[in-house]
Amino acid sequence: MHNFNGMKKIVTISVCMTWLLPVMSQESMLKGIEDSLPERQKVTAAFKSTRVINAHSMEMLAKGNLDFRILHRFGRINSGVKQWFGLDDATMRMAFEYGMTDRVMVGVGRSTYRKEIDVFSKTSILQQSTGLKSSPFSLLLALGAMWWTGQAFDTIKPKSSDRTSYYVQLIAGRKFSEFFSFQLSPILVHRNRVYNLNEENTVFALGAGARYKLSKRLAITVDYHHSLNELPSINTDPLSVGVDIETGGHVFQLHFSNAVGMNERAYITETTESFFNGDIRFGFNLSRIFTLHKKKQ
Amino acid sequence: MMFLLTSVIQTAAAQTKYFSKSGKISFYSKAPLEDIEAHNFRAVTVFDATSGQIEFSVLMKGFEFEKAKMQEHFNENYVESNKYPKAVFMGNIQNINDLTLEKDGVYTVQVSGSLTLHGVTKPQHAQAVFTVKNGAISAVSDLTILVADYHIKIPALVADKIGKWVKIVIHVPSYGPLGSKSNG
Repeated sequence: MHNFNGMKKIVTISVCMTWLLPVMSQESMLKGIEDSLPERQKVTAAFKSTRVINAHSMEMLAKGNLDFRILHRFGRINSGVKQWFGLDDATMRMAFEYGMTDRVMVGVGRSTYRKEIDVFSKTSILQQSTGLKSSPFSLLLALGAMWWTGQAFDTIKPKSSDRTSYYVQLIAGRKFSEFFSFQLSPILVHRNRVYNLNEENTVFALGAGARYKLSKRLAITVDYHHSLNELPSINTDPLSVGVDIETGGHVFQLHFSNAVGMNERAYITETTESFFNGDIRFGFNLSRIFTLHKKKQ
Repeated sequence: MMFLLTSVIQTAAAQTKYFSKSGKISFYSKAPLEDIEAHNFRAVTVFDATSGQIEFSVLMKGFEFEKAKMQEHFNENYVESNKYPKAVFMGNIQNINDLTLEKDGVYTVQVSGSLTLHGVTKPQHAQAVFTVKNGAISAVSDLTILVADYHIKIPALVADKIGKWVKIVIHVPSYGPLGSKSNG
């Protein structure tokens, strides 16, 4: 009957009751004809976009949808007025992401920083749903590879395999209410070669992402990853805080972050600044969805 | 043989309520930049051939759009399906005596009642056509509602994409006697 369960059951029941009362008072003939147990219904729109900010969210693209994404990360706000508070500096990533089916999406992107190309797939293993065969949460698996093509800074260009890295990430999330969604996303990033002796080739991090809806088209988001095996002196934990604005066909994700990177290798293993020391940058993700393959009716 | 036939007719006459779980409800919105349509094939409906009482109930999340994002926005931003999961129509066929289910024919009836949608109940009136053919009952009707009547807000930004008026088309392919399982 209703889309919440678990914790919200009491609230849900009381909401349903107040809604049903006027109908029942008219002695509906439908009583008993409608199924008491409703069919399985997907819990949708836990996040406005397929990314919380940097990290993959528990949202999928629907089959046939093409998401054209333009991401910008600016310089540090505390670089002062001469750098126009960071806006003079920008790096970007452009990506095309596509829903192969409702449960599998793929994407390819390229970042200006290190001229790095990334490819990924994201698969929905379990979809949060209510009704028959319900599931209290969603579970997804993201797999990706990155390959930087830019010239190394002061050395000769390493061979191709040394410029390649991979990641695997599990995303477990739940839309707790109409307003609040939360997900945990452990990730493993492997770099074939690192250029600092103290760095680990394989980095484990635990990600957490949350969304709180302020209105139908406006939400606050938080995206954080805690590195489990790298020294904080080498890498800091990427933390981003932003707002999602939905305007019909577009989603704008405006945020403040200490991370520069826009792919998993870059933001997990190459964030060196500290959010709470004020090394914060402005950035945005712009998402535009095109329906290439319409659902048959 | 004659006895059998009489008994069949008698059962039919004694049966006054008819229902269907596979009513089709579609809606159409026309706006300068975009035409929107959605279909729901699982409307539950029942009518009483004696009293003329008629009802429809439909799950908002069951409306299928050709664009997935439209469907998401419809549920999330417009009708708020989590808060108001159903739309319900409760009404009366005013000239129920004109509808003779025992006889094949096409019957035009007037239906008045109230439509509850997005938590708002408004009176509605529509003309419906019942068709009885070889004992099978089907019905069609349509009505046009003003979106604003149901407190569904259309932001100025998308005003060119969503019509202020929405046409609702109802088609019940087959009403079966209540209690019978044959009509799914």
